Amino acid sequence: MSAVRRLAANWLPAYAVLFILFLYLPVLLLPLFSLNNSASPRFPLSGFTLKWYAGLPKTPALLDAAWNSLIVGVSAAVLATVLGICAARALTRYRFRGQRAMQGLIMAPLVMPEIIVAVSILIIVLALGMPLTLLTVTLGHVLVCVPYSISVLISGFEGFDRSLEEASADLGETSFGTFRRVTLPMMAPAIISSLLVGFTISLDDFMMAFFLGGNDVTLPVYIWGQLRFAARLPGVLALGTLLLVASIVLLTIAELMRRRAQERTQTTGGLLA
Amino acid sequence: MAAAAEGISATRAPGARSRSYLQSDEAKGYTLISAPFLYALAMLGLPVVVVIAHSFWTQTYLTVDRTLTLENYRQAIFEPIYQDLLFRSLWISFTVSVLTVALAYPIAYFISFHGGRHKNLWLFVITVPFWTSYLLRVMAWKVVLGYNGVLNSALMGTGLTSEPSTAFLYNSTAVMITLTHAWVAFAILPIFVSLEKVDRTLVEAATDLGDGPIRSFLRVTLPLSLPGVIAALLIVMIPTVGDYVTPKMVGGTDGVMIANAIQAQFGRAMNKPLGAALSVTTMIAVCLMAGGTVLALRAAVRAFR
Amino acid sequence: MPDATRPMIEIDTVTRSYGDFHALDRASLTIKEGEFFSLLGPSGCGKTTLLRLIAGFDQPTSGSIAIDGQPMDGIPANARPTNMVFQSYAIFPHLKVGENVAYGLKRMKLGAAEEKRRVDEALSMVSLAGLQNRGATELSGGQRQRVALARALVMRPKVLLLDEPLSALDKKLREQMQVELRRLQKAVGITFILVTHDQYEALAMSDRIAVMFGGRIAQVATPKEIYQKPVNRQVADFLGGMNFIKADLVEENGDSIVVDTAAFGRVKTDRPRAFAAKDREATLGIRPERLRVLWDDATAKHEIAGTVVERHYFGEITHLVVDVPGMEKPLSVTETNDFGADDLPLGAKIRLGYDPDALVALAD
Repeated sequence: MSAVRRLAANWLPAYAVLFILFLYLPVLLLPLFSLNNSASPRFPLSGFTLKWYAGLPKTPALLDAAWNSLIVGVSAAVLATVLGICAARALTRYRFRGQRAMQGLIMAPLVMPEIIVAVSILIIVLALGMPLTLLTVTLGHVLVCVPYSISVLISGFEGFDRSLEEASADLGETSFGTFRRVTLPMMAPAIISSLLVGFTISLDDFMMAFFLGGNDVTLPVYIWGQLRFAARLPGVLALGTLLLVASIVLLTIAELMRRRAQERTQTTGGLLA
Repeated sequence: MAAAAEGISATRAPGARSRSYLQSDEAKGYTLISAPFLYALAMLGLPVVVVIAHSFWTQTYLTVDRTLTLENYRQAIFEPIYQDLLFRSLWISFTVSVLTVALAYPIAYFISFHGGRHKNLWLFVITVPFWTSYLLRVMAWKVVLGYNGVLNSALMGTGLTSEPSTAFLYNSTAVMITLTHAWVAFAILPIFVSLEKVDRTLVEAATDLGDGPIRSFLRVTLPLSLPGVIAALLIVMIPTVGDYVTPKMVGGTDGVMIANAIQAQFGRAMNKPLGAALSVTTMIAVCLMAGGTVLALRAAVRAFR
Repeated sequence: MPDATRPMIEIDTVTRSYGDFHALDRASLTIKEGEFFSLLGPSGCGKTTLLRLIAGFDQPTSGSIAIDGQPMDGIPANARPTNMVFQSYAIFPHLKVGENVAYGLKRMKLGAAEEKRRVDEALSMVSLAGLQNRGATELSGGQRQRVALARALVMRPKVLLLDEPLSALDKKLREQMQVELRRLQKAVGITFILVTHDQYEALAMSDRIAVMFGGRIAQVATPKEIYQKPVNRQVADFLGGMNFIKADLVEENGDSIVVDTAAFGRVKTDRPRAFAAKDREATLGIRPERLRVLWDDATAKHEIAGTVVERHYFGEITHLVVDVPGMEKPLSVTETNDFGADDLPLGAKIRLGYDPDALVALAD
């Protein structure tokens, strides 16, 4: 009886552990096999090697793709964050007619099949006669990144005590001065967090880059191309591992920043906060 | 007392008493939201309209004939191949979203009710995989399920099988497993948020009124977290119906989905109007299915009370 | 020295409307230099709206506001000679205590030495000397309140605006800060305008009080006058316990009225502004503590008799409910416990003494 009860009481933590294993084990296979001295990923492991990593810098196409990803990622993150700041501030600060509808459209990419978004942009880009380049990829990534950027920024803006800006004006500061001396420093962690999340999404996105990139190849598209060749799988695993590590590092920083932003806005306390 | 801090501006004309429209909250809201809104309109609203327009046109080689026709929809809806693909896609996305929510709910519940001081850490650890490259995660499953893959080599290594099995990869089950793994972390967030909003004293009140843990869960916690469950269902169901990468990589012929057909129309087949019609049909079909699921779920939860 | 006759703030028929709703309705008010003035009323009465209009965070729909003789139409908050202590204190969390206090000085370009001197001075004025380098997030509620005060005072405003500054503090600290604020105001001689919903706070701190209801100013007077001679039932009720007594109007002269009551007999009192007797009926009021129990053989010039029907013990005082023959409702009586009011049995016959001046006529 008591054993049954204990199981009933503890099944949730046990499930949580299993869940995390299910979540992480497949992903952790990538770094595991990228360090394995065998051309095909299978057990038993045949020995430790770094040769798959050593081969990466010797591939010019890969370096090009990495550079492309960097350009697209940085541009998309910056643009999406700027648009995200405007939207997050409008949504947290003001009430206006049509607000929900506008928010709905801006957030829609979050819940649409990515292929349909990609195809729609592709049609219009082709109709306008624009060439498919990194620019079109960036435009697509901005659309996808903005909703995430807004979510991150809203959590920073929401607790922001409006009287802080009023206090600044009360003490003689102009609107611009208030933005520079109060709003921006308070929001900095949330903004950095939004930039990092945007960059990560862009870095990892395949669909937009695949449809809108033309001959300009980003890292995920490069990986996609390599997957046809079984012999190149270990190299792809090594590259994938690097991307994985980069994403996790960026996201960890982003999360720490987001939390700092929340702490900042919440300590203003008081009854109205 | 909706007085805005920005009602103060050094350039304000002296003597201006009533606040002009430009100074009002509404005007400031519109000014701020206009950039992101116009961007979404130009990059999503307008393109979707163009896609819908295309779906009523025809294309021969490179020229598009703008005579209105329903031919594309006839093909998209009645051609057995597209019909099969659409139904399979709907079935896969339905199964995946239900599986995802079923797997995610206990975790969200665990973090919300038993996460203690480390709620944020739990949440972060569980959502990190979602943010890593989707392509890489699908690739990982290919490594796991493949003929020479981890599962087969492990099964053979332990002596459970003597031959590698082809049963794991290149079928719709592989697609479902991969998609579930890919989306489950994302589904946790809305469920967690709605569970956080459940007033803990309500659960205590239900217990006080004689409900056991299971009954109080079914009658209080679950109905109150329903918005999160619905949101989770939708944000998994709708995007997965149009998934391209997973069926392509682990689906084989048995696992091909509608997105692969859409991509083909825009690529090799060069039939944008048919691709557009397929896109519109898919979107409408999945919205109908999502709406039906939500209604059924609401009715089911109401029956518990 | 402040000139207590010079008007510092002149509010002339100011209205602030949101659509059809008047948050502030034709308010007129003059606040003098060096005065500690309170805006008192329940939430939603328009007191905060008025304060924000004075600060410049909001503009009147109609009417005008002048500060120190200067019309404030179109002058933004950052150009007004007022500073505010916010209800939430609005301490910049990303700045240290010293940087918070120096925030407004930075724009004045005073030079580092003068700026530091003024920050130090302001901080010692609020007993926070030496905390310049403390982080804003490491402060207690009381300390944050003092920083907010120092940050506003360091600007040497003509008027200091305080928006419910003590409401977030616990009772003991609140009472201590009331005394300190009052002392500080006398020391700096600046006009203080305090918004509060706490009548005791307003009574304890102010030179004058404006009581507000539903966007209108009901009465402006000294604390004593407001408490003893409220103009209407609403003001009387808001400022503390009050026995309302039905009376019949006998005579109405310019400044006074004469009424008849069942228990108190014929009474002559001041005629309140806005008094209008309907059907020759009037209402008198008497505060519970102005009725005192006459023990043993003690007598009073004016007394009434009654029966104790309820008794509520409050430590230093006891609250008695006394049934008086001829009165519709029993009287509330507050009595100190020196003579054993807490031991009065229910049903005890007692006599109550009162001063006829304590009976005031109230407009509806």
